[in-house]
Amino acid sequence: MIRLWRHLFGRKRSYQVAKDRLKILLISDRVNCSPEMMELIKADIGKVISKYMKIDAQNMDIQINTKASKGTQGKKTPILYANIPILDLHKQSL
Amino acid sequence: MEQKESEVIVVTSGKGGVGKTTTSANVGTGLAKLGKKVCLIDTDIGLRNLDVVMGLENRIVYNLVDVIEGNCRVTQALIRDKRHPGLYLLPSAQTRDKSAVTPQQMVKLIERLKEEFDYIILDCPAGIEQGFQNAIAGANRALVVTTPEVSAIRDADRIIGLLEAAGFKQIDLIINRLRGELVRRGDMMSASDVVDILAVPLIGVIPDDENVVIATNQGEPLVGTDCPAGTAYANVVHRLLGKDIPFLNFERSISFWTKVTGILHRA
Repeated sequence: MIRLWRHLFGRKRSYQVAKDRLKILLISDRVNCSPEMMELIKADIGKVISKYMKIDAQNMDIQINTKASKGTQGKKTPILYANIPILDLHKQSL
Repeated sequence: MEQKESEVIVVTSGKGGVGKTTTSANVGTGLAKLGKKVCLIDTDIGLRNLDVVMGLENRIVYNLVDVIEGNCRVTQALIRDKRHPGLYLLPSAQTRDKSAVTPQQMVKLIERLKEEFDYIILDCPAGIEQGFQNAIAGANRALVVTTPEVSAIRDADRIIGLLEAAGFKQIDLIINRLRGELVRRGDMMSASDVVDILAVPLIGVIPDDENVVIATNQGEPLVGTDCPAGTAYANVVHRLLGKDIPFLNFERSISFWTKVTGILHRA
């Protein structure tokens, strides 16, 4: 019965764990960019944006992905994604 | 009759033991069964395997390095597979190492073989060093073999990156040793999960099948025989030839009801 409960609601299935781990692993593999460096980039971007608006630095998400994008004929180019939640657009009058 | 330029396909994976040699043997044999002239080349110098998987190990006289070094003519080193007209194997050298051959020499050899064969299949060694560079040098198409495991997929991704950097336009993915029951249970990535991650076209899904072990024991590729892996490899061959063959479904997307009954069975 416990197994049934776990099966329905419980732990993440192991295929999902594998997939999630790979996604993170391959990001750094593909761009040859270490997680430490990503953290530095994240901190710097946060600093710059903070000059102009109030952001939620805790929940910032920075990723490098390779996606086929428009204008590259399906060729995969690395893209830097930054998801930065804004808390207040008008931090101060500039 | 249309005269197509011969295709030179490298079978590679990065990680060892995922089924490159088995795939090379089956794809090569499958093409020959359909009447193509095929040359299989084992490029794993020092660790030759393709000859045993093909069951041709007792007929080796000369090898790849002998040809490169000019100790014999190409035709002397090629072993004809008596079971399938048009199928030949160029075995690797067992007592030498990867540095015995350079990529330029491989290109030259392949140019020579192109005159006689429709398909040249190169069985690539594991790794990304010189053996890999030799194997891909003369190829214009790649089959990347992986299993649905984190380590194999990671290496496959690296290999795909290297192939793209080397200018390969056609890279296709073979997912080997898929276990349907594990996928259904949620304990193995499905073929679509793997394709999602690697983002290259899928050309084959080979189920984990004990018949592969038996076939290897006997030195007789099982492509086209009546078993799951035999059918799956035959489908790969047809897709290579440009046919649109639907994928066998080993993992079946299951309805809610079967899921519920399945759980009750196991609980």
